[in-house]
Amino acid sequence: MTVLSCSGLRRRFGDVLAVDDVSFTIAEGETYGLLGPNGAGKTTTISMITGVLERDAGEVVVDGVPMSPDAVAAKRLVGYVPQELALYPDLTGRENLRFFASLYGAGRRRVDEVLEVVGLADRAGDLAREYSGGMKRRLNVAIGLLHEPRLLVLDEPTAGVDPQSRNQIMENVRALAAEGMAILYTTHYMEEAERLCDRVGVIDSGRLIAEGTRRELVERLGERDRISLQLDGDLSHAATVLGAIPAVRGLAPHGHGLELVVDDARECLPVVLSAISTNGAVVRSVEVTEPNLETVFLHLTGKALRE
Amino acid sequence: MRHALLIAARDLRERARDRTAYLLAVVLPLGLAGIFTLILGNLGGDGEIFRYVVADADRGQVARTFTDDVLRGAAASGVIEVRSVASAREARGEVEKGAATAAFLLPAGFTEDVLAGRAARIEVVGDVDAPTGTQIARSLAQTYTDRLAAVRLAVAATVHSGVTTAPAELAAEAAAGLPEVVVAEDTAARKELDMKTQYAAGMAVFFLFFAVQSGVTGLLDERRTATLARLLAAPVRRSSILAGKLITSVVVGVLSMTVLIVASSLLMNAHWGHPAGVALLVLSGVLAATGAMSVVAAIAKTADQAGGWQAVVAIVLGALGGAFFPVAQAGGLLEKLTLLAPHHWFLRGLADLAGGDVTAVLPSVAAMTAFAVVTGAVAVVLFRKVVRP
Repeated sequence: MTVLSCSGLRRRFGDVLAVDDVSFTIAEGETYGLLGPNGAGKTTTISMITGVLERDAGEVVVDGVPMSPDAVAAKRLVGYVPQELALYPDLTGRENLRFFASLYGAGRRRVDEVLEVVGLADRAGDLAREYSGGMKRRLNVAIGLLHEPRLLVLDEPTAGVDPQSRNQIMENVRALAAEGMAILYTTHYMEEAERLCDRVGVIDSGRLIAEGTRRELVERLGERDRISLQLDGDLSHAATVLGAIPAVRGLAPHGHGLELVVDDARECLPVVLSAISTNGAVVRSVEVTEPNLETVFLHLTGKALRE
Repeated sequence: MRHALLIAARDLRERARDRTAYLLAVVLPLGLAGIFTLILGNLGGDGEIFRYVVADADRGQVARTFTDDVLRGAAASGVIEVRSVASAREARGEVEKGAATAAFLLPAGFTEDVLAGRAARIEVVGDVDAPTGTQIARSLAQTYTDRLAAVRLAVAATVHSGVTTAPAELAAEAAAGLPEVVVAEDTAARKELDMKTQYAAGMAVFFLFFAVQSGVTGLLDERRTATLARLLAAPVRRSSILAGKLITSVVVGVLSMTVLIVASSLLMNAHWGHPAGVALLVLSGVLAATGAMSVVAAIAKTADQAGGWQAVVAIVLGALGGAFFPVAQAGGLLEKLTLLAPHHWFLRGLADLAGGDVTAVLPSVAAMTAFAVVTGAVAVVLFRKVVRP
């Protein structure tokens, strides 16, 4: 079931076309990563999806309800976690949550639940200004979860946090998606996108230039997984045996061994190792190379993600 | 409206934890009002009685009229006290040691000189540290000598016209027709506020413009910290966000004024007047201050910029409106410009209240409310850009 559907989004600031004809959907329980370099149009897109910003063209529908800056009903379906720490530092963690809960009509019990979820229950009575960076990030995320939204929009939720808090946030996101929440996630950390996102969209200069699962994007670029083997024994015989495996798409000498181009290295590796051992060769080392999103991103945009 | 109140409640909770808010809204105005009163209060006023001594070396009829009629008559009003001393030297000594505010010295031959049409003088010796009391003493003496001059003129004119009555009788008749010299409190409809109330009210309304900044400028702070984006993404109407900020300003302003009124009444013995009239003035003054500060905040790009501009506007309006000095007394253009400052109307309303009933404040309340309506409308229009989607 589609929770978010946006089509033909366009927004111009003066002479700058910040977002141009961006369309994508997110299904229930799906985590969608929106990747792009700084200034690519991610935050503008998110602002239009959350109803913070008016769009010049296009349509946003959340769970069947059209979104606009005045669409109160649609906004109840969306949880928003801005890139900045959007907190009130002179209120306690609990007071921050209670304030936003009151705006969304969520009860106090829900506040306590969310504090438990993000691991801040024992510090809920402290002023937010006294929190560590990681705790502030977790509180920032917690506010977006208060009203159990159908769509959760996270704009770089782990920027500048310690590994422990990052892991906690990522675990939270994974658990929420498992419960059926649709999640729109932007990040500068490629490993986060690879771990969390079911699909990613790559945005550059305001346009969505590619979209799909990691594997789909990799294959679209002609990139494949590779398995490099260092062997003792008859290399030509090994090459004949390995070349007969259907998943092996290519094969070439590589030092004292062979490099195989395969469909899916993780699925193929046991088959490859089994075939070698039954044919008398000895494996000295194995190296698996999977083309990642960083490679895809660099290929598509000509820039590293953190530029 | 519920969301506006929730936003205002949150703002107020945060403000309550900000110590600088108390400093600006209560401690500074009260402290400055106290300092002004201490410094300027020594110039007189507030029921202070001026103590005069008179040394009559003449003991003639004209001198006795001054001491018995003029000075004793003035003393009957309760504003001055008069006592006689034996000599001019003793009188000077009383002034020098601070036992008397001023001394009147009537030289020997004073009556004779007056009746003979020769130059005659009353010498006033004043305490340099009591300029107001000395000035009043001079005025009393001047008034009497002016009367004497008028009598002389009348007698001379009558004699020249051929009337045969003795000049002394003519002088007595002429003197009887002149008004008495009276020192009394002003009984006009608008009274001057006593000094303590004047400075307490002046400082209160001056710092009111700083106190109300927090609410409206908070919108710019929220834009900087992205909590505004969060509010805009919440199911809250944009007008509720604006209303919440304005409510915060009004509540902070009313609270700060209330605390200052109570504190200055208890600690400084300030007399603000009838509570209903004061309440009307406070409410309309707070609205006017909120409107003015909102316009400035709406023009600014950042909270820091707004704070700087607001301080300038608050100081200029405060100075123009007489929060520190009665600028309107300068007359001319300045007197007209002071009408633009809510401070002027607030202080004028209090003065009107001191001299009349509660309805006396209505013109001032109307002026400040009109100021609030105009500035508030401009601010709302301008603030739309801050929350514009």
